[in-house]
Amino acid sequence: MKQKDTIIKVLKHIKGYRKFLTASIILALVTVALTLYIPILVGGAIDCIADEGKVDFQKILPILIEIGIAAGITALSQWIMNMCNNKMTYHIARDIRNEAIEKIEKLPLNYLDTHSSGDTVSRVIADVDQFTDGLLMSFTQLFTGVITILGTLGFMFSVNYIIALVVVVVTPLSLFVAKFIATKTYKLFKNQSEIRGEQTAFIEEMIENQKVVQAYTHEDENEEVFDEVNQRLCESSVKAIFFSAISNPSTRFVNNLVYAGVALTGALMAITGNITVGSLTCFLSYATQYTKPFNEISEVVTELQNALACADRVFELIEEPEEIHEKENAVVLKDVKGNIQMDNVCFSYIPEKKLIENLCLNVKSGQRIAIVGPTGCGKTTLINLLMRFYDTVSGEIYVDGNEIKDVTRKSLRQGYGMVLQETWLKAGTIKENINMGKPDATDEEIIEAAKKTHAHSFIKRLPQGYNTVIGEDGAGLSQGQKQLLCITRIMLCLPPMLILDEATSSIDTRTELKIQEAFNKLMEGRTSFIVAHRLSTVRNADILLVMKDGHIIEQGTHDELVKKGGFYSKLYYAQFAS
Amino acid sequence: MSPVIKMLGKYKKEAILSPLFKLLEALFELFVPIVVASLIDIGIGNADKGYTVKMFFLLVLLAVIGLSFSITAQYFAAKAAVGVGTRLRSTLFKKIQSLSFSELDNIGTSTMITRMTSDVNQVQSGINMFLRLFMRSPFIVFGAMIMAFTIDFQAALVFVCAIPVLAIVVFAIMLISIPLYKKSQNKLDKVTGKTRENLTGARVIRAFCREDQEIDEFKNLNSQLTAAQKYVGKISALMNPVTFVIINVAIVVLILVGAIRVEQGVLTQGAVVALYNYMSQILVELIKLANLIITMTKSVACCNRVTAVLETNSTLQHIDNDTIETGNCIDFVNVALTYQGAGGESLTDINFSIKPGETVGIIGGTGSGKSSLVNLIPHFYDCTKGGVYVDGKNVKSYSPTELRDKIGIVLQKAVLFKGTIRDNLLWGNKNATEQQLVQALEIAQAADVVASKKNGLDEVIEQGGKNLSGGQKQRLTIARALVKQPEILILDDSASALDYATDARLRKAVKGLKNTTVIIVSQRTSSIMSADKIIVMDDGKIVGIGTHNQLLDSCSVYQEIYSSQTDR
Repeated sequence: MKQKDTIIKVLKHIKGYRKFLTASIILALVTVALTLYIPILVGGAIDCIADEGKVDFQKILPILIEIGIAAGITALSQWIMNMCNNKMTYHIARDIRNEAIEKIEKLPLNYLDTHSSGDTVSRVIADVDQFTDGLLMSFTQLFTGVITILGTLGFMFSVNYIIALVVVVVTPLSLFVAKFIATKTYKLFKNQSEIRGEQTAFIEEMIENQKVVQAYTHEDENEEVFDEVNQRLCESSVKAIFFSAISNPSTRFVNNLVYAGVALTGALMAITGNITVGSLTCFLSYATQYTKPFNEISEVVTELQNALACADRVFELIEEPEEIHEKENAVVLKDVKGNIQMDNVCFSYIPEKKLIENLCLNVKSGQRIAIVGPTGCGKTTLINLLMRFYDTVSGEIYVDGNEIKDVTRKSLRQGYGMVLQETWLKAGTIKENINMGKPDATDEEIIEAAKKTHAHSFIKRLPQGYNTVIGEDGAGLSQGQKQLLCITRIMLCLPPMLILDEATSSIDTRTELKIQEAFNKLMEGRTSFIVAHRLSTVRNADILLVMKDGHIIEQGTHDELVKKGGFYSKLYYAQFAS
Repeated sequence: MSPVIKMLGKYKKEAILSPLFKLLEALFELFVPIVVASLIDIGIGNADKGYTVKMFFLLVLLAVIGLSFSITAQYFAAKAAVGVGTRLRSTLFKKIQSLSFSELDNIGTSTMITRMTSDVNQVQSGINMFLRLFMRSPFIVFGAMIMAFTIDFQAALVFVCAIPVLAIVVFAIMLISIPLYKKSQNKLDKVTGKTRENLTGARVIRAFCREDQEIDEFKNLNSQLTAAQKYVGKISALMNPVTFVIINVAIVVLILVGAIRVEQGVLTQGAVVALYNYMSQILVELIKLANLIITMTKSVACCNRVTAVLETNSTLQHIDNDTIETGNCIDFVNVALTYQGAGGESLTDINFSIKPGETVGIIGGTGSGKSSLVNLIPHFYDCTKGGVYVDGKNVKSYSPTELRDKIGIVLQKAVLFKGTIRDNLLWGNKNATEQQLVQALEIAQAADVVASKKNGLDEVIEQGGKNLSGGQKQRLTIARALVKQPEILILDDSASALDYATDARLRKAVKGLKNTTVIIVSQRTSSIMSADKIIVMDDGKIVGIGTHNQLLDSCSVYQEIYSSQTDR
């Protein structure tokens, strides 16, 4: 049932390329018909050269010319058919990938947080690739294969039904043999891949941690374990590979039997004069041609099944529900002041596990709010709600008196400047990474911002300065440098509200101290939310929110909370214990 | 390539017998058209039913012989290919374990894993294919030609002309398309990168409202990929049609020549059929050969990558007997370190010494060179200038085992291996007694970790220590180092996940170790404040050595670090 659905979806994608599909099928028909016609022509020609002095040149020459023309047309139509198939499959793959990326940009953050990006990437890349391969193979081999079998049968029965019967009866034997061997070897292959999995796990573990291995001079012990697994793999592989390798010679053997059978019946009939030598030649070449598509089709069917499974995984992604659509009359936030109010906000990622309950908070424009608490207490969740990466389960959040569900996502998010602990940089130049929030910024503005965050000094030492191309996810930069770039990004676009989630966690304390000054300036007059591990960085906040298990358990200024002697003061004093 | 060929040499018997049996199989296949020819000329020509049946059985016999030879060949091929694959994997594993940290950094973990797994597998199936088919296909092609010569010289000349033309076409198409395939693979890599980027950066992209721009960039890359795929597809799609035309033209000429020769009475009708069959055989084999070559180019590329690793050698230097008399446990004399391929020095002009039994703290910001410095003590890297001495002997004069047995180093990343807690602890010392294990656990503040597990020491740790918290892992790795009862214990920022109280207890316990020199690397002043000596690093240089109080007076970097972490 599921497979049927997938096929329908695939067909929908093919629909746009109907013209090419029709052309491909017609060309396949032409190709196969002519391919089958040529042996008949050859047979006819051979009948004309019966014996010494009995060669009919008058008759041969036109036949030979016909063979040439037929071959030419076959080749041409085959080539055009291949190109149609190429175009169709590659364009379908492109369309599907484009749909996938558009979906990815609209997926709720919840999906992205709960699904590994590796899995999604493999759906968009590897699965589409596999699907393309399968589709291309089906287009090129399935049609021609089926048409060849039907055509050959038709031709054979029309020429001589007795020999045709011999072929039809013996051929399934080869399929049977192939199937038999495949089931027998399945177990062997499974065994092989189990041992291989065991070995790969060992390799990954030991090579990833090779430095520890060498620190403990544990190399010899590792080799012993490795060689033992390797030996088992060797034995199992030889068996699996050998038995599967029997399959080809065996089917070939059956084909040869068919060939011998055709030769015998054909010759006996030729002796009684029921058939010419030319027809026999034609039959013999059919016998070799006829069995080939059977093997191919069984291959294609497995491949196609695999391709459909892959297509299914991509479609699953494309059909994921999107973020809740914005209201039609959504307001565009302008000139954000930064008054934020949270009313009875409740939220949880999974319904059974409540996280934030009845959270109320009132922040005035320009205030500094620090959120502290142990890991997993809900600090980051709060930010997810403010940015509307997630929607509250109940309760409202207002920005300057506007419920955030009533404003456009774009204008809400543009109101915030966000620096996260997990730095993210795109493959591109340093400049492109800094001016994300303000693409029309001048070079001077960019350098100015970088100087403020102390990123300028390392950027100018890079080979091409601000035009240095960095790899995917900032490859080539240290964690601290990456974080400086992310901060510079905000420094450049100066949004009215700030969210700093462990923004300086990877920067050493001295540099942090230097940036702090720039930060202080930046935060002046801007509503800012700060999440920090190091308590020293948050003590100047106007409001400290101490969170534990999703609840705000304490709220107040640093001095008030220390005096109160609660959870916060315990946290605070813990860092000086020695 | 050469190490792999050498390994294949170990399977000489299989590597020779397999193609040989394949050749025999092919030889018997080449007899088939002759048998059919005589079946036509004698069987049908003389209306001899007995002869016809005899020829039929001969065909069946040829098929049986072909089958048995072929199976024999497959067996030897499998044995040789798997044998080489197995040896290759084993050699590669030994090689990687013998590389120094510099080479490990250069090659990269994921690369090494790919080399050991998928690349070796590809080489293995390449060898298997090679042994089975590489000899067979050319043999059939040329064999068919030779058989044609035995039938008729003039007709055979058609083969002589057709085969080179076919070969040129096949190879030209392949030579053009292989680099194009690589190009389209590169484009695919770009699309992959873009996809990953959009997933990992979803929050930032949305925060900056860059979705539409990202979609445009993706579509652009995607179109480039499609264009590249279509282009290479167009060229490789030429292969079958062109070879088909050439073969059919050859068949036309062949029949024409055959007709003339039959008219002259030189050839029989059956012989013409045989020639025609040989020509058809060539077509089938050529297509097989073309597919084989594609697989082989992939295998050769993998093989070269594997070989590159095999040919990498540890660059760790050895100097004979370089000793100094100081009575110190560790001496750094004018040491500098430049990593391979790095632009500048990571450590510059490092001089200090540590007495036996001292506890030394090393502190500095990220990237100041703390880890680089301690990594020189177990000779993980070669220093590029000066010398590092342990017990008065240059680390380059020790054998790695001798040196590393003296040292217990706990690295930043807490790594535990799949197996029980006990298995992991025994890495430190295979022959450690139960009591030694317990003692080490106690010092490392890890006794309660073990106690909290149902099976105690025999609790199974999953791969990567997934079932333990960061702090638990760190304490167990420290315990593992302590089981070694090392002369020198190095803790490279290895208590960062511990809370302040546990960290303090750990330091106290470690300080109580007798006859052990302890080096603690940390970013926190609180972790090293009480050390006998503190080394302050900044930008690869030592900017201060002394006790906490001395440094607070004299070292501005230390003052800054200290004040940034405490109450202002």
